[in-house]
Amino acid sequence: MSDSYIWTTIIVLGIGTYLIRFSFLGLIGGKDLPDWALRHLRYTAVAVLPGLIAPLVLWPAATDGEVDPARLSAALVTFAVGLLTRNVIAAILCGGATLFGMIWLLGAY
Amino acid sequence: MSGTGDKSYYWTGFRMGVPFLLVVMPFGLLFGVVATEAGFTSVQTMAFSSVVFAGAAQFAALQLMVDDAPILIVIATALAVNLRMAMYSASLAVWLGEAPLWKRALIAYVNVDQSYAVSINRYEDEPHLTLPQRIAFFFGAVTPVCPMWVVATGLGIWIGDTIPDWMALDFAVPICFLAIIAPMMRTLAHMIAAVTSILLALLFAGLPYNFGLLIAAVVAMMVGAQIELWMARRTDEVATP
Repeated sequence: MSDSYIWTTIIVLGIGTYLIRFSFLGLIGGKDLPDWALRHLRYTAVAVLPGLIAPLVLWPAATDGEVDPARLSAALVTFAVGLLTRNVIAAILCGGATLFGMIWLLGAY
Repeated sequence: MSGTGDKSYYWTGFRMGVPFLLVVMPFGLLFGVVATEAGFTSVQTMAFSSVVFAGAAQFAALQLMVDDAPILIVIATALAVNLRMAMYSASLAVWLGEAPLWKRALIAYVNVDQSYAVSINRYEDEPHLTLPQRIAFFFGAVTPVCPMWVVATGLGIWIGDTIPDWMALDFAVPICFLAIIAPMMRTLAHMIAAVTSILLALLFAGLPYNFGLLIAAVVAMMVGAQIELWMARRTDEVATP
């Protein structure tokens, strides 16, 4: 990774993110977005993030892309706990416990 | 207009913001560790956290950069992650749009998921709040969270390489994201959008330049919107026999 690659990303991403955040606040008394735009924006987070992590869960680099029972079960537990409790911290703790428990059980390290 | 009233709203917001430290601290720490491991200098990592100031987008960008994705793909994907903030901006503008420009500019910079969520809930619960009270509440809610995001990143850089292999740190990012996504599954439309995103991302995983994720995201967004429309029509039909 070259320095210019990293710095360009930081600066362009910084400006772009700021412009998104400022967009409607910047327009005085900003009125509502059209319905169709809001309807799409509502799904941005659930449209990007699951796709981003799906390959990391199924084909982790740490096991050279082999499906890993410890990581897969940790992912399922995290998601299930998050879904049932709506509690981010509880989900992280249960997922982490599952990961370490499974790694220990399987003697992976 | 009493100054003490505004001040008390600042502290109400502050108290509402404190619990989010439990998410922000580990997440920021992890970003410091992962970025350092990816080869970022400490100045670059600190700049990333303080300039971009958006955890999920930072991790998304970092993941693609490690894969040597072209810079346009890195930026397009990370900005796609942040598009939700346009929605935050629009709904905050309804309540804070009359504030002076410099305050709105500052509000925009520190507007993160958690501060947005607690603030908008409070504004809707107490619509009689004055503009200064709303602004005080917002800045109160971000005060515990925002500086700590940058501090936590610094701690992560400092801890850096001392984290042993058995801690399987590689998987902390997926776990954090899963924990954040799961509570977002509020409706059938959200779930179907997420499933679409997963299936297409896996299907297109082989495409060059990590283009697959962008395709998956755009299609998933459209699918979510269409399902929402379809569900709304269906409830209308049920309601009007």
